[in-house]
Amino acid sequence: MKVLVGVKRVIDYNVKVRVKSDNTDVDLANTKMAMNPFCEIALEEAVRLKEAGVATEVIAVSVGTSASQEQLRAAMALGADRAILVETDEVAEPLHVAKAFAKLMEQEDIGLVMLGKQSIDSDNNQVGQMLAALTGRPQGTFASKVVVEGEQVTVTREIDGGLRTVRLALPAIVTADLRLNEPRFAKLPDIMKAKRKPLATTNFADLGVTVKQSMRLDRVDVPSVRSGGVKVESVDELISKLKDEAKVI
Amino acid sequence: MRESMEFDVVIVGAGPSGLSTAIRLKQLNADLNVCVLEKGSEVGAHILSGAVFEPRALNELFPDWQELGAPLTTPVTKDEVYLLKGEQGEREIPHALVPKPMVNDGNYIISVGNLCRWLAEQAEGLGVEVFPGFAAAEILFHEDGSVKGVATGDMGVSASGEQLATYMEGMELHARYTVFSEGCRGHLGKQLIERFNLDQGKDPQHYAIGIKELWQIPADKHQPGLVIHGSGWPLEDASGGFFLYHGDNQQVMVGLIVDLNYKNPWMSPYEEFQRLKHHPLLAQYLTGGERVSYGARAIAKGGWNALPSMTMPGALLVGCDAGTLNVAKIKGTHTAMKSGMIGAEALAQVLADESKAWDSTFAQLFDASWLKEELYQTRNFAPAMHKFGTLLGGAFNFVDQNLFKLPFTLHDTSLDHAQLLPADQAPKIDYPKPDGKLSFDRLSSVYLSNTNHEEDQPCHLVLKDSTIPTGENLTRFAEPAQRYCPAGVYEIIEQDGGPKLQINAQNCLHCKTCDIKDPAQNITWVTPEGTGGPNYPNM
Repeated sequence: MKVLVGVKRVIDYNVKVRVKSDNTDVDLANTKMAMNPFCEIALEEAVRLKEAGVATEVIAVSVGTSASQEQLRAAMALGADRAILVETDEVAEPLHVAKAFAKLMEQEDIGLVMLGKQSIDSDNNQVGQMLAALTGRPQGTFASKVVVEGEQVTVTREIDGGLRTVRLALPAIVTADLRLNEPRFAKLPDIMKAKRKPLATTNFADLGVTVKQSMRLDRVDVPSVRSGGVKVESVDELISKLKDEAKVI
Repeated sequence: MRESMEFDVVIVGAGPSGLSTAIRLKQLNADLNVCVLEKGSEVGAHILSGAVFEPRALNELFPDWQELGAPLTTPVTKDEVYLLKGEQGEREIPHALVPKPMVNDGNYIISVGNLCRWLAEQAEGLGVEVFPGFAAAEILFHEDGSVKGVATGDMGVSASGEQLATYMEGMELHARYTVFSEGCRGHLGKQLIERFNLDQGKDPQHYAIGIKELWQIPADKHQPGLVIHGSGWPLEDASGGFFLYHGDNQQVMVGLIVDLNYKNPWMSPYEEFQRLKHHPLLAQYLTGGERVSYGARAIAKGGWNALPSMTMPGALLVGCDAGTLNVAKIKGTHTAMKSGMIGAEALAQVLADESKAWDSTFAQLFDASWLKEELYQTRNFAPAMHKFGTLLGGAFNFVDQNLFKLPFTLHDTSLDHAQLLPADQAPKIDYPKPDGKLSFDRLSSVYLSNTNHEEDQPCHLVLKDSTIPTGENLTRFAEPAQRYCPAGVYEIIEQDGGPKLQINAQNCLHCKTCDIKDPAQNITWVTPEGTGGPNYPNM
């Protein structure tokens, strides 16, 4: 069984996000970028499936600019066998990504798709669900446990107030939640080997996917700063402040 | 048995000197197997510098750096030097009276972090293996005592030393030669200097702490290419100076450098810097702007007199790990790069011909270089400042650098950590509260450094004797670590009715000031798990 893993290049979770001075977007110039942490968990699960002899091949796929090659190499250092970059300089919307993954599922004869539940930059939580809808295959989202048996995968999902276990027929789409596993560190020899693993580049047109920008980013603002509280000396002062300054009574 | 890998040359630290060593090695012999370890999460993540950059070494390394897209975009257009008289006034020093090495014609305002990111790309293009996120934690030796290589630190070890689920054993990297380019006060470099007595017959190394902020300022106040240096207020008991550079994209780099031989244990370099920004000379540019980043790093400024031997069997120290900064120019990047390039040339020779002696091959190339000439000519600059103070020392340096080359050498044999007066003999300093516009508290600053360390890991600030911080250090010096640490790592708290030192190691900026300034030399900085530490953008 071949496993396809989605890998997204996002701003590193340690980095404080800054908004551009003209409010058109967040500022990514020279900031540290990294693999989306949920993608890392999805990848770890796929690699463990391969180590357990369940998966035969792990293919890491990213949709983005050529810079995403860095994250694909990182994915191969962590155990992916090869990588595919769907290169685009446009903003890749969730639907575009889902369409590209759907094509690759077909082309590569994928048995299981492992995705992060969402990316920490746009927080959409949509690709897995859209991919399931586009391909007509079952989905197990917010997974905290994944067990593949024969032609089925059992997924324990984290839902409000508890856990829900679903059994899906393969091929299936699973999205990883935080507690699914703890990703490993890459080893130096594996990082070197990853440089020689195959990385193919394609694009939407070659995949036969038509993309239409259906979203427009109008403006990005910094959350307003909460102003500090004040101590009042007396009840009278409190009442006058509530009346005159806060104008709430 | 740890796993091991073999290389011709292993380089520790992807800064200007380490990357220049790697690049020059591959330029001279493309077959050499060269790797660079970097403890930061990416190349540039731990790099912090002013910086006004003199392109001399880069011109030699890549004569076509312009076509290759090196990030040198802002030439210095105007160069001003001031002496601050107090909270308000200042006096501009006329250009003609500025010591020659401080004149910046032909130089560029850059982010050294971005320069390193670019150098790493060039290095990788030449076939160098660059490994960010891996800290060299230990030096390995052959039985004959020569350096065999380094080992990376174990990953996934808990605070109490147990192996976690993610445990990964460190790895040995063996090399014919190992190059240490960790920057100022590298923790392995420090061990090598001691083990091989590299500083024998030299003056003690002297240090300063540099604290820097990056600001985005309003367009109408921005003058790309403007360089401002100065000294005087607010440093009254200590020597040092400030800088304010107008880079590109409406960004300004502002910082204060404080010599770590200061005497008053109440002194806080962090708060000196915060109040400095309120001086009208600086505030005129910063007011209305927004702080983008913050960081700090120690600087080795002993210059020629304190420069240790850089070679030892199987290894080489380069850049600020040795101490090649030219303090008269207040610049260390070009000299660090050059030291690495000379090292690479020597390494290429001895790797090609094993009958050549390592020490003398390096020494010959070094002695014939402009780096030696530059460091030798400015050897009196820092000792003069220490001996005579900023004003008279400055006058001495004007004479020495502009008029005559004085035929004698000044020495400064004092130790930075031994200078503190007892707290009750030094005046307390009452620092103003930060206003949240120009000045800020430590924690909101640390937040902007994007520093992070995996929480569950052994503390990387190791105390030789855990009773000293609340003993002698507290009773005699009011534990100065609380004030010299620019990241609020050290706090004295009350616990069970007594004082206790709390080490907030996750805040650490890897500046190494504690390792240098602790009066008891009781704090040893060791590398935390790889990728830990600041994530500086554009610094």
